[in-house]
This record gives sequence, structure tokens and C-alpha cells, in this order.
Amino acid sequence: MVLSLLLASCASDGGGGGEGVQSQKMETIRSRGKLVCGVDGKLPGFSFLGPDGTYSGLDADTCRAVAAAILGDPEMVEYRDLNSSERFAALASGEVDMLARNTTMTLSRDSAGGNGISFGPTTFYDGQGLMAPVASGIKTLKDLAGKPICVESGTTTELNLADRMREQGIAYTPLKFQTGDQTYAAYLGGRCVAVTSDRSQLAAKRSSFPQPDAHILLPEVMSKEPLTPASINGDPAWADALRWTVYALFQAEELGITQANVAAKVAEAKANTNLADLRRFLGVEGDFGKQLGLPADFVPKAIAAVGNYGEIFERNVGAGSPLKLERAENRQWKDGGLIYSPPFR
Amino acid sequence: MSDIQRVPWWRDRRVVPWLVQGAVGVAILVVIALLLGNLVRNLTAAGLLLTWRWLGQPASFDVAESLIPFDASMPYWRVLVVGLVNSLRAIVVGLVGATVLGTAVGMAAFSGNGLLRRLARVYVEVIRNIPLLLQLLFWYFVVFLALPNSTAALQWPGVVLSKSGLYLAWFADGFQWQGPTLVNDVWRAPLRLSVEFSALITGLITYTGAFVAEVVRGGIAAVPRGQWEAATSLGLHWSATMRTVVLPQALRVIVPGLNSQYISLAKNSALAVAVGYADLYSVSETTLNQTGRALEVFLLLLGAYLLIDLVISVLMNGVNQLVQIRER
Repeated sequence: MVLSLLLASCASDGGGGGEGVQSQKMETIRSRGKLVCGVDGKLPGFSFLGPDGTYSGLDADTCRAVAAAILGDPEMVEYRDLNSSERFAALASGEVDMLARNTTMTLSRDSAGGNGISFGPTTFYDGQGLMAPVASGIKTLKDLAGKPICVESGTTTELNLADRMREQGIAYTPLKFQTGDQTYAAYLGGRCVAVTSDRSQLAAKRSSFPQPDAHILLPEVMSKEPLTPASINGDPAWADALRWTVYALFQAEELGITQANVAAKVAEAKANTNLADLRRFLGVEGDFGKQLGLPADFVPKAIAAVGNYGEIFERNVGAGSPLKLERAENRQWKDGGLIYSPPFR
Repeated sequence: MSDIQRVPWWRDRRVVPWLVQGAVGVAILVVIALLLGNLVRNLTAAGLLLTWRWLGQPASFDVAESLIPFDASMPYWRVLVVGLVNSLRAIVVGLVGATVLGTAVGMAAFSGNGLLRRLARVYVEVIRNIPLLLQLLFWYFVVFLALPNSTAALQWPGVVLSKSGLYLAWFADGFQWQGPTLVNDVWRAPLRLSVEFSALITGLITYTGAFVAEVVRGGIAAVPRGQWEAATSLGLHWSATMRTVVLPQALRVIVPGLNSQYISLAKNSALAVAVGYADLYSVSETTLNQTGRALEVFLLLLGAYLLIDLVISVLMNGVNQLVQIRER
């Protein structure tokens, strides 16, 4: 009798979602009270440890948004600086809960037979570029024939460079360094005539050079580099929570919900039962949060923490930052870009 | 006979040790089997079970310098061999250089010239008290990258030194002595050492040289004073005394000490990755990142360094037997 009651209560719980969502990772994060987020830490605009000991940037804000969504507090993030070679091992071993480390999504990284990680939505559409000193007179790939090029080892850029140069039959010398610091030090030391990386990263690093104007980004874009946050394979519930938190930031921009007006929007949604879409999105109505294993108000918490995607972009890499990158591919789909959130329904 | 009580088997001196050892052996095997089984189970669950098929796939990345022909379309095993050859090149050059430098400095400690003695002391104390990684970064970023560009390279007869490397005259094209030439702002020479390689071996040689010098100094100090005095009274001057009397006896003490210094040098060569030299570790890292086969790549790396060090040990043990006194 008692047993059947218990069984019945379990069944009804499972039917409603919520506690029925099984995620070891999310339980670990909740019991720890902190989200451990793997970042670069040295890349202005994406994740950069400032002099005051706080991290800033688009990737760091992704960590904050996820922490706000799952724990309700964007500051409950423990950042872990990882270099390109360490990042996947750190994720696979569970040392970090997620990566927001300007990581390009590729087939071999995604697949179970490769690195076996699970990617969320792309937060920055990038492409590989080359930077050279203005004084060198280098304008195209062909000018680099027989010259040394600096590259960070363990990155997709290393491979793309090899592929592009092979396609065009240009011989060159790749000089590989383990960290970005060493790579750019060798470039600034004049060991290489050019350095290659994602165009956003080149722009970011250039902004911290002693003379940013003395270096140009070549117009050539050598690859597609969708920079994407990632979690470990094998915990689909955690991957979903990560995915939809990022989508919520996209959707918020589309709906015009900002860090400043999110509280007012929630109040408006609560007051007006006719705004069904908005009510569902902000967790006033329905059980989206429960279905994901997150609190009902995870969307307004995330937006209140870091703002919508447009705000994050402008603040960290766009017009409001030293990088001054164009939105380009990273505009909303309605404006001709690739930022697109599936419906919250 | 029958009233002599037989020792029961559990107290039998001939049986008990076998039983105990057997039990311990089985216990150890069980533990190992458990650990291995656990490893295999977890690796299978994570989809990381050992596989070597990736070794045959094209590497599709380039290597800055290689002694054997290589291009990006060749398989992974080939790029690992390229890295191994590059590592061995640095190790061999480093061993020879460190031995020559160390022996010279170690002998200088017994020189009659006070300035030379003190210089040797200062060199040893400064070099061996600074971490090697720091020294390598110093040689590379501060010394070698401060060299002028190709067009303004430092030039001596047969030698050109620039930011892109060290170019030396050597025999080429049918044993013709050929010097470095500048073609399209790029130096060409029969013998070219990249600055990465130069920085690595400079760092390895000066660092290990300091330790070798101490081993040599210790060996020489172990030769009894009477030997020096006897040689001097025979009318031998300093260098002849050193060469024919002291060093041969000192070698018996020096060689075993050198062995561990050589092994350290071989292991330290993996720091090449810090100065951008394409050694075994550097290419393995790229391989690991592309294939995701962390366990396999590290097993190969561990095996390779273990093998290199064991070979050095075996060779040095052979040398050791050669220099020992043969007692009759």
C-alpha cells in the first residue's frame, strides 16, 4: 500500500519534469555551490583577468549567465585558466564543468570517437586571419612564401594554416608555441613575419600591443571558426541547460529585453496574462525551467546578470570596447546575421 | 622410524614459504587485474579504449624543421618519428657540448690561474641555481630574438648569425666548401641551425655543463694529492699531469656521475616546446589535440623517453666498465 503510493508519487513527479531531470553534473554544481568554468583568461574581450581580480569578456559573461541560471548568482563562478592544449582534457576529466574558452566547434571535437565533447550554441562566429607588421609590406598569403609564421600549437588555426598553404602550394615554416603569450612574444620579437589566429583574437591581442597601429590584419579569411561553449558528452540534461541559457540571451535581444528593463518586463508579464510568449519565456507561466532541471526564473536571472547577447557583444568586443569589432555575422538573424534562437515553446 | 612424528605441512619449512609467496603473488595479480579491469571498463565507458589506428592517418600539420623528408600529407607515425629525430639531434649535440664544456670548466677549477678558477666557480654557481626553463626562455627571447634581421645579419667568414638562424659554411654539392649566401632576403647555407634549436642547445649545454663540471671537479679532487706531486717531480707540466696522470684515474669517479647528468639532459630536452622547437613532445602535443588520443600519445611519449634514457644508461655502463681498474 505504502509502496504503491510512493511509486505513484514518483510517477507524477517524473511526468512533471523538474526533479525527474537526471544530471550528475548539475547536482555536483548545486552541491558545490559554484560553477567551474574553463576560460582562456588572457584574451581581452573574451576572457581576461583584470587588475582587480575579476574576469571580463564575452566568454566570462557566458559563464556568469549559466551560473545565474543554475545557481541564481552570477558571481558563483570559479574560473580556470586553460591553454589550448589543456582544455579538452580538463573538461573530460571533470576538472571544469564547462568550457567558454573561444573554442571552435569541429566534427572531431564533437564526435564521440574524437574529443567527445558536447557543444552549445555558437556565441561568436569568427574566421582565421593573419596579422603582420605594416612595415613588412605583406598583403596576401603569397607574400609569406618561405617565411616563418607563428602559431599557437593545439589549435585549429595550426591545421587551417597548413591546409591553406598546401592548397596554394606555398612553402612556409610554422613556429609553434605552447601558449598565446609565447606566440605573441615571438611575433613581437620579430622571429615570425606574421602570426595567425582567429581574427577576433588577433584584434584583441593587437589592442594590447605597445603600438597597435603598426600591425595590420590581412583581409584574407582562411577558415570558419564558430567559437562555442561546450560541456562533456554523456550528460544531456546539463548540455541542454547550457544550450538554452545561451539561447535565452539570444532570444532576449530579439525581444528587446535588456539588463536594465528585465525587472520591468517580468512585472509586465506578471500583470498581463495575455502576453503568453513573454510569460513563458520569463518563467512566469509554464514549466520550462523545471523541464531543464533549472529554476523557473532562470531566464530573467541570466539576463539580469549579464544582459542580452547584443549587450554582451557591445560591452566586450563591440563598439563599447577597445576591440571595436563589427557585429558582422554575429548580428541577429532578422538583421542578416547568424544569431538565432529556436522558439521557447 | 614410525614413531618419529612427522612435521605437519603447515609447519613444514619447505612448504610454508612456497605457500606464503604463492598467496602474496596471487593477491598482487588480483589487485593488478582489478586495476586494469577498472581502467579498461572506465575507458570503454568514456569511449577512450586504446587504439592505434590513428597512427596511419595523415597528420595534416607541418613541422618547422626536420632531418628526414616530411610533409603534411604523411601519417601521424611519421610526424612522431620526425619529432623523435629532432629530439635525438638536440640530445646528442647537447651531450657532446655539455661534456666538452663541463670537462673544461671542471679542470679549470684546478688551474694555477686564479682568475680562471674564480670564473669557473661563478659560472657553476650562477647557472645551476637558476631553473632551466627560465634560462631557455632567456636564451630564446632575450638573446637570440634580439639578433638583427636577415638583411642586417651579423657576418663573419663562413658564419652568419641572424634572427632566423645560424648559417654555417660546410661541404655541399660534391664536397665543395660553400659559404652562406643571401637570396631574396633569405639566407641559404649548407648548414643551418634555427634559432629555436640554437637557443635550446645553448640552454641545455650551459645548464648541464655546470653539473658536469661539478662531477669532473669531484672526480679530479678524488685523485690523491700524491699523484700530482709524483707527476710534478717527474717534470711533467700542468696539462701533461692532467692528461696522462690525473684524468685517467679521475674517470673512474666521473663516469657514474655523468650518467645521471646525461639522463637529466635527455629528459630536459622536452622543454624545447617552450622555445618553439619541434621536438617529440611538441609534435605529440599537436597530435594529441587533433586525435584526442591522450592515453596512447602519452604512452608513446613515456616509452620513447624511457627508451632513450635506458640506452644512455646502457652505453654509460659500458664506458664505466672500460675505465674501471681490472683487478686480477
